[in-house]
Amino acid sequence: MNTRKNGSPNDSDKWELRLYTAGQTPKSLAAIKNLKRVCEEHFAGRYEIEIIDLLKNPRLAKDDQIVAIPTLVRKLPEPVRKIIGDLSDTERTLVGLQLRQQS
Amino acid sequence: MGKPEALPSRAKPQRSEGQRGALPKAPTGISGLDEITLGGLPRGRPTLVCGAAGCGKTLLAMEFLLRGAEQFGETGVFMAFEETEQDLSQNVRSLGFDLDKLVADHKIAVDYVRIEPAEIHETGEYDLEGLFLRLGMAIDSVGAKRVVLDTLEALFGGFTNQGLLRAELRRLFRWLKDKGVTAIITGERGEGSLTRQGLEEYVSDCVILLDHRVTEQVSTRRLRIVKYRGSTHGTNEYPFLIDENGIHVLPLTSLKLNHAASTERISSGVSRLDSMLGGEGYYRGSSVLISGTAGTGKTSLSAHFANATCARGERCLYLAFEESPAQLVRNMKSIGLDLNPWIKKGLLRLEASRPTLHGIEMHLAVIHKMVNDFDPQVVIIDPVSNFSSAGSGSDAEAMVLRLIDFLKSRQITAMFVNLTAGGDAWEHTDVGVSSLIDTWILLRDIELAGERNRGLYVLKSRGMKHSNQIREFLLTSDGIQLQDVYIGSEGVLTGSMRAAQEDREKAAALARGQEIERKQRDLARKRAALEAQIAALRVEFEAAEDESKIVAEHDRAREQQLASDRSAAALRRGADAAKRNRK
Repeated sequence: MNTRKNGSPNDSDKWELRLYTAGQTPKSLAAIKNLKRVCEEHFAGRYEIEIIDLLKNPRLAKDDQIVAIPTLVRKLPEPVRKIIGDLSDTERTLVGLQLRQQS
Repeated sequence: MGKPEALPSRAKPQRSEGQRGALPKAPTGISGLDEITLGGLPRGRPTLVCGAAGCGKTLLAMEFLLRGAEQFGETGVFMAFEETEQDLSQNVRSLGFDLDKLVADHKIAVDYVRIEPAEIHETGEYDLEGLFLRLGMAIDSVGAKRVVLDTLEALFGGFTNQGLLRAELRRLFRWLKDKGVTAIITGERGEGSLTRQGLEEYVSDCVILLDHRVTEQVSTRRLRIVKYRGSTHGTNEYPFLIDENGIHVLPLTSLKLNHAASTERISSGVSRLDSMLGGEGYYRGSSVLISGTAGTGKTSLSAHFANATCARGERCLYLAFEESPAQLVRNMKSIGLDLNPWIKKGLLRLEASRPTLHGIEMHLAVIHKMVNDFDPQVVIIDPVSNFSSAGSGSDAEAMVLRLIDFLKSRQITAMFVNLTAGGDAWEHTDVGVSSLIDTWILLRDIELAGERNRGLYVLKSRGMKHSNQIREFLLTSDGIQLQDVYIGSEGVLTGSMRAAQEDREKAAALARGQEIERKQRDLARKRAALEAQIAALRVEFEAAEDESKIVAEHDRAREQQLASDRSAAALRRGADAAKRNRK
């Protein structure tokens, strides 16, 4: 396993992220923009973002237990984590992605 | 999606709708609830069902969906926030519903929404569009007309932004209304408010409060409609029970005093008692009270009534609160009453339970249900006085009143047995129902000359000419027998004193009979003597007659002799006349 006991990712970990949105709402667009920025800043070159528009694919909302929009799911590195919101609070986003310890 | 659709043609006619274009309602199919709500929940609007944990919110909501799908052709969506699909399916299976099949048949869609606070990390602006999407998808997948959200308050545990949540909830309820679905939202009872998160402020059309109260170790579930905008409804607390057929609410106080009155008469099972009651017995659909102290034969009298009911081929529900069915059957056998054949034929149902088993409303609920299931013509409750041990006096009184009304409205003849405690006034019932009773038979013991005997009289019987006489009530091996009591200068005599009096009367009658016989014999003897005398006189007379005949004969003979003697003498003298005479 490439995760440690406390779940903090390594510098070498590959990041697989999935962002659930519902149409082109301001919150969704903001989330996409904020996510890309954080990724480029912290793990450029070793991340993959999949954006799922639930308006086009509503089944996935049930299958993946999505309630809030936007929701970012960190599929890799494990364990899976869910972050909701437009990621405008960078500090909390980093804590949520476990790139930084909660202060 | 999104637009309120016209009601589909396949939906059953809304029998609940008032004549004056009142609020359209969606029948729940839950027994009793539709009566209280006068037809069901507000169609196309959300209803809040709130109550403490374990009071049956989820079940009520689920039954609303299941019955909607099975009975009213309305498909539904169950959105669960607390239980998984598997749990829900298992829970309702015990109530006789096959949720899996309904889901497979696309009649019901179930969506379990997992809210895991530990997994949720908020990083800014968000909304609950995911929830809306899921709900919309579920509604569209089955064409749902009914929606249950159980329970939305789980959201408050998962999300910290209360302001945002509340805005989203408001949006959700508006959205549900726009969809035209009849929805049930459940909510946990909060301190000083109906729900912990104040959901009632979003759902203003109909609020139902469930309660599960324990008073003196006896628990009772109760339901109350807190508000129902645009409709009248029963405002009381109604007891309800949950059994293997789901929820049963008792629309107790919605009863009115307008039951029909039958003129048909039915036998009490004791022919002498029938003759005391105008010769024909009780009225069908009337309430009969049998009261008396311990051991006066109340149960025996009611068992006779049960027996007579079954003998007519009618069904009788016998609720025993003091004896087990087996004991009752055995005891009645000792007075020559075999109830077993009726039980086997399914005409007699003996139900025994302790009064303290349930709260008073529960008892009523259970009786209600049994009456609905069994549909009896006669219900016997033995004894009704024990209900005062399951609740306070006024509760018991109210319950018996409701019971009487309920049974009367069904034209069921009800017999209540009341045990009068020693020392109480005879004309008194613990449950204070005497004024509601149509026919009241009082059994009392009469203590006289060192023994205790049973007396019976009809205290009142509405609408019939009834006897005012006290009868002695005997329990024999051939059942109940009523005897005239001896009423004379020495007062009312019963038992062996009556028997002794009867013996004395018998002896006196015998003596009188013997006297007459003696006189008759005397007379016969006198006649015989007279006749003998007459015969003797006749014989005497005949003898005298004979004598006189003989004398006359003698006289004639002597005269002839004299005449011949004279002619002979003339011949000897040679008289010529005589010669001439000889030629």
